[in-house]
Amino acid sequence: MEKIGIVGYGAYIPKFRIKAEAIAEVWGENADKIKAGLGLTEKSLPAKDEDTTTISVQAARNALLRAGIVGKKIGALYIGSESHPYAVKPTAATVADAIQAGFDTMAADTEFACKAGSAAIQMVAGLVKSEMIEYGMAIGSDTSQSSQGNALEYSAASGGAAFILGREKKEIIAELEKTLSFTSDTPDFWRRGLQETPEHAGRFTGEPAYMKHVLGATQMILSETNSKPSDFDYAVFHMPNGKFPLQAAKKLGFSTEQVKPGLVVSKIGNTYSGSSLLGLSSVLDIAKAGQKILVTSYGSGSGSDSFIFKTTKRLEEVQDKAKKTEDYVARKEYVGYSKYRQHMAMVV
Amino acid sequence: MFRSTPIIRWRKYQERYNLMGAKCEKCGKLHYPQPALCTCGSSKFIAHKFKGEGTLLSFTDIGSGPEAYAEHAPYCLGIIQLSEGPKITSQLSDCKLEDLKIGMQMIATFRKFYSSGEKGAIYYGTKFTPKW
Ligand SMILES: [Zn+2]
Repeated sequence: MEKIGIVGYGAYIPKFRIKAEAIAEVWGENADKIKAGLGLTEKSLPAKDEDTTTISVQAARNALLRAGIVGKKIGALYIGSESHPYAVKPTAATVADAIQAGFDTMAADTEFACKAGSAAIQMVAGLVKSEMIEYGMAIGSDTSQSSQGNALEYSAASGGAAFILGREKKEIIAELEKTLSFTSDTPDFWRRGLQETPEHAGRFTGEPAYMKHVLGATQMILSETNSKPSDFDYAVFHMPNGKFPLQAAKKLGFSTEQVKPGLVVSKIGNTYSGSSLLGLSSVLDIAKAGQKILVTSYGSGSGSDSFIFKTTKRLEEVQDKAKKTEDYVARKEYVGYSKYRQHMAMVV
Repeated sequence: MFRSTPIIRWRKYQERYNLMGAKCEKCGKLHYPQPALCTCGSSKFIAHKFKGEGTLLSFTDIGSGPEAYAEHAPYCLGIIQLSEGPKITSQLSDCKLEDLKIGMQMIATFRKFYSSGEKGAIYYGTKFTPKW
């Protein structure tokens, strides 16, 4: 059967950061303990004029640069987020217009907590593989919210990544060898309609939620493809903090070395729908031809999507055609707590 | 509260989202935005997309902006000469006054312009930021 795969990808992370110390100071907490506990030191936040739509557009334009195609070629555009600026009015329609995708574009927003973007990749993959479209774009992007003083405030961050899938052999930078999902009704984290910030079930978010699904999906994809952890050069697991992905890797038999290159959470926080996708874009930025990448996302509620990609020679030709994930990670300006709250108030 | 009708804004979406300007069919002059008449007197234009790169000609900072932009203040405002020629006035994102210098290179970025209050529509478009 004909191969399909990623033909372009792009990242975007806003410039602003707040350090864990600046948040801990306000709530009288011990920053060192929190940093060690969460495995992160600071997080990204949007500028006052940024939101999920603008982050998506910037990532989408970077993806088009790498794919070397114009927006008009995009036949479907799905955007996963839990911070779509409107409750009713699609982010995807604005992004489609901003990349000049044209009227003949299938478009919708998706929502599945932090895995809405990886679910969008699966939807696009189906359309490309079935030849309903030539190219499709999937984006995972968020300006995630947390209530003040909540533990999530240290990690809830902003950023996103876009992926263009196609099936023209010479254009593919990473073949999609396999994808599947692991889903179960799990009450670990949610946000009811009209509420500004989410609720979570504390420690329950660990073993029965994140671990069960990430391990479940990953073991399923390894088994169905007769693969083992040592077959992979890189592994990306959803990053709600810096600890969970390393624990999941260990339980599954992956090494820290396989996970480290995609572990962007320690420097920018958890970008929710953007999290595992920014992990993948960081890996694509540095991978060589012929390498294998495993990606497993996690969305509360709950589910995990697993993917196996194999890079091609074409990847090395497109890596420098747009800003890299690390360029955005390194570009930063720190703000204090009150400015951070001001910026966040603009995206509610 | 600032209010604005979505329809008038909607007509300018491509101009704002993608720097869609115009090229005079008669003399070839590039315009942003499209004028009613070219300096040569012709009213015939074809759509032209500007690349989104330019040079900062002048700038200032706004402490308290007009109602629509009040919540974005303080922010910087600049005049940018696009690499294709036309000049454009734009808000400048991700920078403070001390980051700016006349003659520096600027690039386009997609940003939120304003929203019509908490219940109204959100408007987006192109702003400029120092090239990095
Ligand atoms: Zn003319």
